[in-house]
Formats: sequence, structure tokens, C-alpha cells
Amino acid sequence: MMEFLRDIARHPSGRIGLIIVVAFVLAGALGEAGVTPYGPLVQDRIARLQAPSAAHWFGTDLFGRDVLSRLMVGISQSFIVSFSSVGVASAAGTLLGLSAAWYGGLWDGIVMRFMDVLLAFPAILLALLIIAIFGPSGWTSILAIAIVYTPIFTRVVRGPALSLKHRDFVDAARTFGSSRRYIMSRHLALNLVAPLTVQITLALAWALVTEAGLSFLGLGTQPPNASLGLMLSDARNLMEMAPWLLLVPAIALMLAVLGFNLLGDALRDILDPKTRRALA
Amino acid sequence: MTGLLSVRDLRVGFGAHPEDNEVVHGVSFDLGPGETLAIVGESGSGKSVTAMAINRLVDFGGGRITGGQIEFAAGDGSVSDLARAEENMLETIRGREIGMIFQEPMTSLNPVLTVGTQIEEVFRLQHGMTRADARIAAREALERVRIPDAARRLTYAPHQLSGGMLQRVMIAIALAGNPRLLIADEPTTALDVTIQAQILGLLAELKRDTDTGMIFITHDIGLVAGFADRVMVMQEGRVVEQGPLDRVLDAPEHPYTRHLLEAVPHFSDGKSARRDGARGGGARTALDVEGLSVRFPVRSGLLKRHSGNVHAVEGVSFDLMRGETLGIVGESGSGKSTTARAILGLETPARGRIETGDAGEAGRPVQMVFQNPNASLNPRLTVEQILAEPYIAVGRRIDADARARMAGLLERVELPQGSLARYPHEFSGGQRQRLCIARALMLNPSVLVLDEAVSALDVSVQARVLDLLVDLQKEFHLAYLFVTHDMAVVERIAHRIAVVFAGQIVEIGPTAEVLANPRHSYTRQLIAAVPSLERRHSAFSVDTSAIPSLVRPVGWEPAPVPWAEAGADHRFRAEG
Repeated sequence: MMEFLRDIARHPSGRIGLIIVVAFVLAGALGEAGVTPYGPLVQDRIARLQAPSAAHWFGTDLFGRDVLSRLMVGISQSFIVSFSSVGVASAAGTLLGLSAAWYGGLWDGIVMRFMDVLLAFPAILLALLIIAIFGPSGWTSILAIAIVYTPIFTRVVRGPALSLKHRDFVDAARTFGSSRRYIMSRHLALNLVAPLTVQITLALAWALVTEAGLSFLGLGTQPPNASLGLMLSDARNLMEMAPWLLLVPAIALMLAVLGFNLLGDALRDILDPKTRRALA
Repeated sequence: MTGLLSVRDLRVGFGAHPEDNEVVHGVSFDLGPGETLAIVGESGSGKSVTAMAINRLVDFGGGRITGGQIEFAAGDGSVSDLARAEENMLETIRGREIGMIFQEPMTSLNPVLTVGTQIEEVFRLQHGMTRADARIAAREALERVRIPDAARRLTYAPHQLSGGMLQRVMIAIALAGNPRLLIADEPTTALDVTIQAQILGLLAELKRDTDTGMIFITHDIGLVAGFADRVMVMQEGRVVEQGPLDRVLDAPEHPYTRHLLEAVPHFSDGKSARRDGARGGGARTALDVEGLSVRFPVRSGLLKRHSGNVHAVEGVSFDLMRGETLGIVGESGSGKSTTARAILGLETPARGRIETGDAGEAGRPVQMVFQNPNASLNPRLTVEQILAEPYIAVGRRIDADARARMAGLLERVELPQGSLARYPHEFSGGQRQRLCIARALMLNPSVLVLDEAVSALDVSVQARVLDLLVDLQKEFHLAYLFVTHDMAVVERIAHRIAVVFAGQIVEIGPTAEVLANPRHSYTRQLIAAVPSLERRHSAFSVDTSAIPSLVRPVGWEPAPVPWAEAGADHRFRAEG
């Protein structure tokens, strides 16, 4: 594990990606723990719409709330939603993809056609539909984003699993009488760690954007709680008066997506034995 | 310079600093018109790099010529140094003056163009022919390499032709420019032995008819005895010995040449068959197979109707005693591997009975070693996890006893101490195959199925793994089912041989008996095709007969073919 982190740190874009992601996770963790300069919900009617200063690094909003504090809480909210939803999506996608590849036939047909139907919807539209059914909240955002990204993981797993299934070491395992569970976890899943890791990193970036989109539309996190999308939505009308209100969450979102993408690129290089040799 | 090609002190390196990464260290040789030079060596000896340096294909593989001369006499009498030639000049040399044939015919042709289009292209580019003329020339080229029904084959895509046919197409393309030099890089390694004999026969014939010089690269020193004029043996980028064929084979001077000649199994018509462990009284049956048939359904049409069956294995019967090796020999598609897989339960037999002599320690008396050790070991598991798998599969715990057994087996197959914590990629090919053997022995089986178990290994490694297998057989009283296409290997390890053709056993009996006194016409054909050191300067005949299709309509049953006896325990199928 330590060696793996060292590999990332040595990779030029991986280093930048890792620094950004770690910084965001730290900021989010502090926000979640309540260690913020001001209370994220505390309103200061006197200090409304203040530009960035020593007291308020990123300024204050219409209600005089500290933008930095709200950003930290917003990051934590956005990251919790995206990490949980990608976690659920990758677990469900791996199970579905593995079973579709292993059992084949009718089951494979049913699973993959259902995934095709899900993929055919634009992500945000599908999420809207799910939220329309269950009502807006943090939990429905997680569910909606998880359902949107499950087909991608199913596809990412099924392809390599189909070819792994016919590898000699799987045949060898069958000659010993190894159980299906053992073959799927040891021989298939373990060899899928590399493509899955890359896919998870990239999906985290997309999930962040989707979550921000949902909150922006008022379907994710509900006010007065903070999230990146909600902050963007609130800043919309004050853009000319207080541009920092818009810029701060927008740049934060952009940086986070950039960080995950750089990290994903680096992981792809590091986990692929072909490019790994070239890097060494 | 008097000959066709004169290579002096050729040095080739790779990478950003070719001088520091030299793989060919000063190779010199001469080649005259109509002469054949065989370059022999194991993988990594630099034999292919040397050949690729001559037409400078090595440049495209990241290599650079760092020293020496390659003087080549072109058709117009001009002599040029190819080591210093410009790419523009080389483009006129490649194909027109120097043709090349590669190992894999399947990957050398463009899969989406017909064979005809690809041959015509060569004629149009190199001879400036019109489309109509090129079409006629292409047909003649296919006829020249003895492809039957050439006009129709021109319209085929590469995947519609067999490996042997494709290699003939590649030869036709290489010859289209009427090259003065032909470089053949292991052109028969991917082919079956009878197809190999045909390709070799064809090359020898073309050499006689034209005046083409040839460089033939191979890892098998026995292969070149039939047609090479001179032999050059390479090891680690250096020429260790070169000379006329008979001198090198009969009086090798360098120890490595002697090692290659001795360590590598050479076919000798049953004379080097094993004499130990003949069937005597009291031998226990380890495996009894009766009437085994395996069929794969063929579906066709819009509704995927079950239209027929591939009769991959048809009525195969044999028995195998403890401590005995049965060699199953046959060519690709003969059903030999399917038989092995059916015995392991990896394929479902259509009918037949498979019985083992005893239930074995853990109810799994039959274990298997696969052809490719890279593919049969999960790259993400340590050696300990790999060896533990059979134990876990039968519900045993990995305790101190299990660890002791692992360590003992690793020592027995001569793997280094401390291998348990390492990963498969840290071992060489031969070591990985030893690891596979150790894994197969974890459950103390009575039968080991070895499916081409040494075919992927380098020749000298192959010999050591075979020795290990013989030792293990004696120690554990193992029965081996040794599936292979290699007659020389099977001669060394098998007590009995079953020859498989088109899904059926056509001849079965003691090794020495079957190889010295083959009775079935296919066995004879197979033996006649095996190259051997004793078969000097004799061209193989070119046979163009095709193998029968194994696809049969639903419900088709083969007519029973009676067995004929040819002595004690030696039977063959009677032929009409």
C-alpha cells in the first residue's frame, strides 16, 4: 500500500491529483467535524456580502454567512454523496457484471439489456426521475447517482471477466474443484482491481458534478445546509454584486474534478503493467 | 565479395543507448546464391535480431545497428552496404530483393482484405502491373506454392484459410518480388508437424528451382538437417559455431552446439523409447476411459437452429496403469486436448465412461498441468496462495502440515527456497511450469494429465522438465496422460502411445512398437513428417490433401471401424 502511494507520488500528474484530492478530503473532514472558522449556518446581518478579507478569506454571502465555512461543509456534503454513491454503484456493478459474465446466457441477456436501458437515459434526467419518485434528500441523491453509474461499472467488469473466465488458471481452479465463490473472488475479482480502481476514481469526479447539478436544481441537499451545487445556485443572482460567491464553489468543483481525473490517469498508468515498465 | 550477402562484425543494440544495450555482438557470415543458411539458437540468442538487421526491419522495433557491414549484391550487380543505407533505398530492397516470412501467418495478413487483393497489391507495387495482369500473376503465385483450387482461394479472407495455407500465401507474397534473398523467421513453429513438412518441402523445392538464397531461423536444430547447406549456432548474441551442415551436426566443436544436439530430444523412430516400467503383473489401473465422445453443437441460421455437431472426440477408449505414461499424439484440431479436458470434467462428454482406479486422497485423483504456465497461474496471487488453492478447494485448512507439504514439493520440483512469498512473474518460464507441477501434486493425485506441458518451454529447459517428470513419476508412482504434438518429446516420456486423428484413436500400442512399426497410414504420415538429425538433405514431399471436416448433421453416428491387431498390445484401425 505504501509502495502504491509512492508510485502515485512519483507520477507527475498523479502527484498533483493526489495533493488536490487529499486537500479536499481534509477540508471536507474538518467541515464535517465542525472545525470551521465560523458556524456554517451562523448569520451575521452586519457583515453581509463582504468581499474576501483577512476575517473572511472567501467573503460572506447574502445572509452574512462565512463562505469558507460553508465551502468546507459543502465539500464534505458533496464528497459524502459522491463517495457513497460510487461505492454502492461499484459494488452493485461488480456483482452484476461478474455474475453476468460467469453465468452467461439468459441472465447475462437480462442484466445487460437492463443496463443498456439505464445507459440510454441522460444521467441527470434519470437522477431527476428517481428523485421525483422518492422526494429530494441527501439519501435519494446517493441512490439516484448510484443507479446512474451502476451500468458503467457493470460494463467495465463484465468485459474483462468474460476473458478472465476462459483463462487457464480458472480452468485449473475448476480441476481442483474450487467453489464458484472462490473462483469469482480470487481469480476474477482480484484481477479486476486495476480497471475498477481507475474507473472508481473517474466516477468520483462525475458523481461530484452530478451531485452539484442535482443540488443546483434544488433536488439534492436542501437549504439552509450547504453543498457546492446549492452555493452555486444561491450565487446565481448575486453574480455581479459578489462574484466570489460564484467563483469560490465553481473553482472548488473544478479543482476537485481535475484532481480525480489526474489521479485516475496516473492510476491507469501505474496499474497497467505495460506502461508501468515504461515509467520505471 | 563473391556471394550474395556478406555480413561482417554486425552489432545491434536497443533503446536510447544502443551501444550499452547490445544484443548482437559482432556476427559475421557469408551467403551465396541458392544457398541456405540456418541460424539456430534459443530465445534471446539474437538470431531474429540478426536476420531483421539485414533488411533493417530492426529499425522499426527500436533497434539500431551500432557497427559492422552488411554487403548485399542486388540483382543489377551493384553491391551496397545495407547497414548504412537510407530508408528510401531500403524500401526498394525490401520485398524486391529481400523477401521475408514470419512465424505467425495469421497476424501477418490483413484480416479484412481477401488473400487475392493482398497478393495482387504486391505485384502492382513491385512490378507496376495492371489490375488484370496482377490477378493472373496472383493466381500463378498461389499455384507455385501448391495451393489447390487457386482461383477460388484468391477470393477468401485470411480467416477462411488454415494456418498451413496462410503460410503458403505468405511465401507466395514473399516470392512475388522474385527476391534474391529470402529470410524465414521460424516459419513453421506455429504449424502442425505434417504441415511443417509440407512447407519445408515447398521451400526446398523453390530453392532448387530458383536461385534464391535463404536464411532460415529456428530454435530446433533437428529441423534444419533436411535442407540447410550451412548452420550457424548463436548464443547470447554471439556466433558460437558455424560451418557446413554435416560438419556441425556430426562433429560439433563448441560445447553449446553439443548441448543443443544432446539435450534437445530428437526423434529416432522409437529407438530412444523408455524401457522402464513396462506393463507387468500386479500393476493397478489408474484410469480407464471407455467410448468417450465429446460433441459441440453447431448453430446456424437466423433462429440459431441446432444444425449439426462437431464430433471433436469420437469413441475414444484406453486404460492407464499406475506408474505408466500414455502419450496422446495428434495435430491441432484432432481432439487430443478435448479428450484431456473431458477427463478433468472441463468438457461434458456426450457419452462414455471415465473411471479412476482409486478415489485419491481428496476425491480428486486426476490433476492437470496446462500448456502455458503464464496463463495457468493467477498473476495476482503469491506462490503460497497458488499452492493453497487445491487444499482450500477440498475444504482443508492451511495449517503447519499444509505449509510443510508446500515447502517439500517446492524443494522437490527444484524451486529456490523462499519462493512461497513471491509472485509468478518473478520466475522464469521453466520455473513457472515446475510451480504448476507442484500445484497439481498438492492433493497427491494418481493421474497427472499433461496437456502440451513442455511445448511452451525453450528446448534445453524442456529436457530438464521432462527429466523431473520422469523422476516424480517413479517417486510417487504417478500415471501420466501426456498430450502433445511433438513426436520427439513423446518418444522420450511415453511407455505407450495413442495416435489421434479427427477425433478418433487410429493406433495405440507400446511406444517403441508404434514408432518403429507404424501400421495406420496416418501414423506413418505423421512419423514421415517429423524432422530428424538422421534425415539429411532429403526434401519432404508436398501433400495437398485436406483434413476431413468434423461437422456432422444432428443424429449422425460414425460407422464402427474394426480394430486390427499388430502384435501384443498394439492395435490400429483397419483401413478400407
